[in-house]
Amino acid sequence: MLRLHPRTVQTLMKSLLWAMTGFTLLILVFIIVDISIKGLPQVTPGFLSHEPQDMGRAGGIFSTVVATAYITLLAILLAAPFGVGTAIYLTEYTREGWTTRIIRFGSECLAGVPSIILGLFGFVLFVMKLGLGWSVLSGALTLAIMVLPIIIRTSEEAIKAVPEEYREACYSLGLSQWQTITRIVLPSALPGITTGIMLSVGRSLGETAVLLFTAGAALRTPLSVFDSGRTMAVHFYILAREGLSMPNAYGTAAVLVISILAINLAAYTLMQRLMKRYS
Amino acid sequence: MQQGKFIERVLFLLALSSISSLALITIFIFLEGAPLIYFAGLKNFLASSHWAPTKDHFGILAMIVSSLLVTLGAMVIGVPLGLSCAIVLAEFSPLRLKLILKPTFELLAGIPSVVYGFLGVIWLVPLIRVYLGGPGLSLLAAAIILGIMILPTIISISIDALTAVPDLYRDGSIALGATQWQTVRRVVLPAASSGIITAIILGMGRAVGETMAVIMVAGNALKMPTSILDPVRTLTSNIALELGYAAGRHREGLFATGIVLFVIIMILNLSATLVTRRR
Repeated sequence: MLRLHPRTVQTLMKSLLWAMTGFTLLILVFIIVDISIKGLPQVTPGFLSHEPQDMGRAGGIFSTVVATAYITLLAILLAAPFGVGTAIYLTEYTREGWTTRIIRFGSECLAGVPSIILGLFGFVLFVMKLGLGWSVLSGALTLAIMVLPIIIRTSEEAIKAVPEEYREACYSLGLSQWQTITRIVLPSALPGITTGIMLSVGRSLGETAVLLFTAGAALRTPLSVFDSGRTMAVHFYILAREGLSMPNAYGTAAVLVISILAINLAAYTLMQRLMKRYS
Repeated sequence: MQQGKFIERVLFLLALSSISSLALITIFIFLEGAPLIYFAGLKNFLASSHWAPTKDHFGILAMIVSSLLVTLGAMVIGVPLGLSCAIVLAEFSPLRLKLILKPTFELLAGIPSVVYGFLGVIWLVPLIRVYLGGPGLSLLAAAIILGIMILPTIISISIDALTAVPDLYRDGSIALGATQWQTVRRVVLPAASSGIITAIILGMGRAVGETMAVIMVAGNALKMPTSILDPVRTLTSNIALELGYAAGRHREGLFATGIVLFVIIMILNLSATLVTRRR
């Protein structure tokens, strides 16, 4: 049996690990380059501002952009109060105990629930039982549940990052706990909370399985919250799966991927800045 | 004081309703699916591969096996790649490179699953068809795409676990004359093992639950796979493919499929929490 010198083993292993890392990086670069090269030429101002024609074979993606913005915005509006409220309760109002443990465990489990299960749930509760039908509202309600754990976790981290001295200073000035939270803690944690909301927007933009069964796939621009709406991700899925139009599929993918990456990058930068301020 | 109590109550209610959404999901999935399992018989449901819901045949064994095989394949691909990246970033790379690469890998997580599925169809499926044979749409294609999709989960949690190992451990090992690689293998990796296992379990959870990418590349054939080049239908794809038009008992069958998926996911989540707590 050949015994190699430990330093030779180290060189071999290091090269192997670096090669694997390089390969992973290559996959990422490949995805982004492929989508950009084939997709970006399709993305003209007209592509974004014209209604889809002929099931999406021609025309633009305007109605899907509207539906995406509509559903995402509504989902965030619904989820943010619950998410931030839960985070405040966990960090400011309770000691670590079984209540916090259950809430945190529940939130972790919720984060692990696959989107198809959320889709099933939203379909049976909102679409069928509550009679909301395939609609912007059904989609937004289900998405809100999906992003809730993201908002809870990031808000909790942001609130925890606010130094204890801030709170003590407030109390010493005679402020109540609620005044301390609303005037000092939340404003200081705002960048972190915003990060969580941006990550939620990113997650919502790319979601398909949930929305296919709750918001439906109608190509008309949704006006009321009870209209069905086809988001960009769902539109892209239908274009690609039914082979309706490769150029339009790539164009939609480019808009989708670039907006998600931009939002996530901004969220990341914001979080780094917050961490730097308090560490 | 009165106001403080009131606010605490409100916040508690917010936290409670956030968590009760998890309970609602569980209740609805079980309420809708359980009657079918009772109707078909648990044994027929789990141990038969005959799925013909319009003729009252509800056997999902082939889908369970396919889901598990696809997940196993994803782990074979994703774990070595992800761990390599994590080790390189946490132990070997210069700080400046780490600061660029870490967010870059996290960007992978933002790319929507439909985009992975689409690129899988465009690039990977033809490669498999030409060089390995079979229809291309296959267990192998799904495993590769999922292996890439779970990378961000594995990388970011493993990096956190590795960086949490105190530098004293490394210094001690190096002082005893071990090489850097020996230190990583014999000291750092064992010390970080519970975090790395959590990363792998959560990665499995993502792979089992992933839907859209799998539908696009797995081929969705209703039979027990005999080779990795066979087209397969997973639990998630079964739900997503048929929910759009299913009614009555057929729809209950899809919720019953959801129950099995839900139970698998919850077992994975629970074991991840237990592993983390052991630390």
